[in-house]
Amino acid sequence: MDYDTVRHAADSWGLVYLLVLFVGVVFFTFRPGSKKTSDEAAQIPLKED
Amino acid sequence: MKYLTETILLAVAAFIALLGAAFSKDSLFQAHAWILFFVLAASAIFLMRKVKPAAADDTRSDGYMDEVVRYGTIATMFWGIVGFLVGVIIAAQLAFPELNIEPWFNFGRMRPLHTSAVIFAFGGNALICTSFYIVQRTSQARLFGGNLGWFVFWGYQLFIVLAATGYLLGVTQSREYAEPEWYVDIWLTVVWVAYLIVFVGTIVRRKEPHIYVANWFFLSFIVTVAMLHLVNNLSLPVSLLGAKSYSAFAGVQDALTQWWYGHNAVGFFLTAGFLGMMYYFVPKQANRPVYSYRLSIVHFWSLIFLYIWAGPHHLHYTALPDWAQTLGMVFSVMLWMPSWGGMINGLMTLSGAWDKLRTDPIIRMMVISIAFYGMSTFEGPMMSIKAVNSLSHYTDWTIGHVHSGALGWNGMITFGALYFLVPRLWNRERLYSLRMVNWHLWLATLGIVVYASVMWVSGITQGLMWREYDDQGYLVYSFAESVAALYPYYVLRTFAGLLYLSGALLMAYNIYKTIRGDVREEAPMGAPAQAVPAE
Repeated sequence: MDYDTVRHAADSWGLVYLLVLFVGVVFFTFRPGSKKTSDEAAQIPLKED
Repeated sequence: MKYLTETILLAVAAFIALLGAAFSKDSLFQAHAWILFFVLAASAIFLMRKVKPAAADDTRSDGYMDEVVRYGTIATMFWGIVGFLVGVIIAAQLAFPELNIEPWFNFGRMRPLHTSAVIFAFGGNALICTSFYIVQRTSQARLFGGNLGWFVFWGYQLFIVLAATGYLLGVTQSREYAEPEWYVDIWLTVVWVAYLIVFVGTIVRRKEPHIYVANWFFLSFIVTVAMLHLVNNLSLPVSLLGAKSYSAFAGVQDALTQWWYGHNAVGFFLTAGFLGMMYYFVPKQANRPVYSYRLSIVHFWSLIFLYIWAGPHHLHYTALPDWAQTLGMVFSVMLWMPSWGGMINGLMTLSGAWDKLRTDPIIRMMVISIAFYGMSTFEGPMMSIKAVNSLSHYTDWTIGHVHSGALGWNGMITFGALYFLVPRLWNRERLYSLRMVNWHLWLATLGIVVYASVMWVSGITQGLMWREYDDQGYLVYSFAESVAALYPYYVLRTFAGLLYLSGALLMAYNIYKTIRGDVREEAPMGAPAQAVPAE
């Protein structure tokens, strides 16, 4: 596996993979129904300690 | 028997250090081995005096493990003052070169002492102790691993002592923010793995179903720093008992590895880790949940996906391929968006509670800190643009940028966290003096503002003088002339550092009195009706 192979893998499939993963994460975060879960999670530090 | 195993292990380690000193291949390694021997032997003797039969109450393991966090807050404060003091000294050395005392205390050896002391000793201790505090509270679980937490704390202090003494002796591998030689790097790796085990173990045994976002930031910081540390420090020691080693990389690959490490040390040590603090302490101090939890998750993933590619902007106009420079620049500019998303998220947490700014200097400190996070994450992307970089690179502008981030963002959020933690950890009703916190706030803020603006002027002066050609195509100024022009700025910079240091000394006094249990008689902050800041 030489430099060229790695370089081309990185700027084709590697790029697509990371981009899809990132867009997926953002969509998952803002999916309908996540509001309630995240509002609950936001309260975690404010519970009694 | 309590502490018996630990004492024996320390004594054995001290003996091995003594062997290292006896059979060392060079004088630097020998000096370092002697230091290690004395530190370990003194610790073994200290611990031996505490060996006692295990009492019944020693086995209790309920509740949170806070003693190590208490030690951590004091270590943070101590190393902070050491780091700031060395910073003031090296600032004075630049203005008055007579202060360079050869060979141990010249600028070349003192500068890494300053950077490592503030980043790794002050910042690192702050990260370790706040992460231990936060992960226990947000997981509702005791710290995992029993005394492993103590190993992390003391092991990290040993790393700091070896790194710091090494710099002054002249033991260095000359890698930015990673100067310690191979054997100190190996020790840090051991400590770091223990840290990861303690942190992940606590998350695994959590009673809270959801992992709070602050822990995501801390975990990414621990994992990424481990990866960066291992790759950047790949090297071959010349001898098993010698200080010198050679990097596995050479040429531009080495340069890129170093700045991949260097910039992600900023991204994951000084940003992700401290954001973990922000996402816990700002909601706690304001007594309101974070403005948008979903924004905090997007903030997290955007930082993770973008930061790791930004390093090449440190190598503009070098032998690094052009496409890699452009890649570094583009990712740096993109980083602006999540950074400001995070800043807005932090600031808007106070929406509806802005009146607290009048009465609570700790909230003020946190707001200033987030404001500086926003400012330096705007300045950074701007400076990474090649055209701007051609003026700013290698000048004091960079130094100013780093300090507005480090003093403003990292320093202030840490001070806010310490002021939050100390009364709670020692069960005090409140801090010794809130007015003193306010003095600290303004001394530090004034110090940062003077520092950053002086460095802008000095950096742009430098940059413009270096690129000034006459109509014949010759350089107008010699390098020495550009150095002489900076004298007034260097004096002013020393003054700014003194302001910041004096604020930290006030904090040390305030925290000392708080731990003692004293409460200062003073007029409350803001309106009398709101005498006690909202908890």
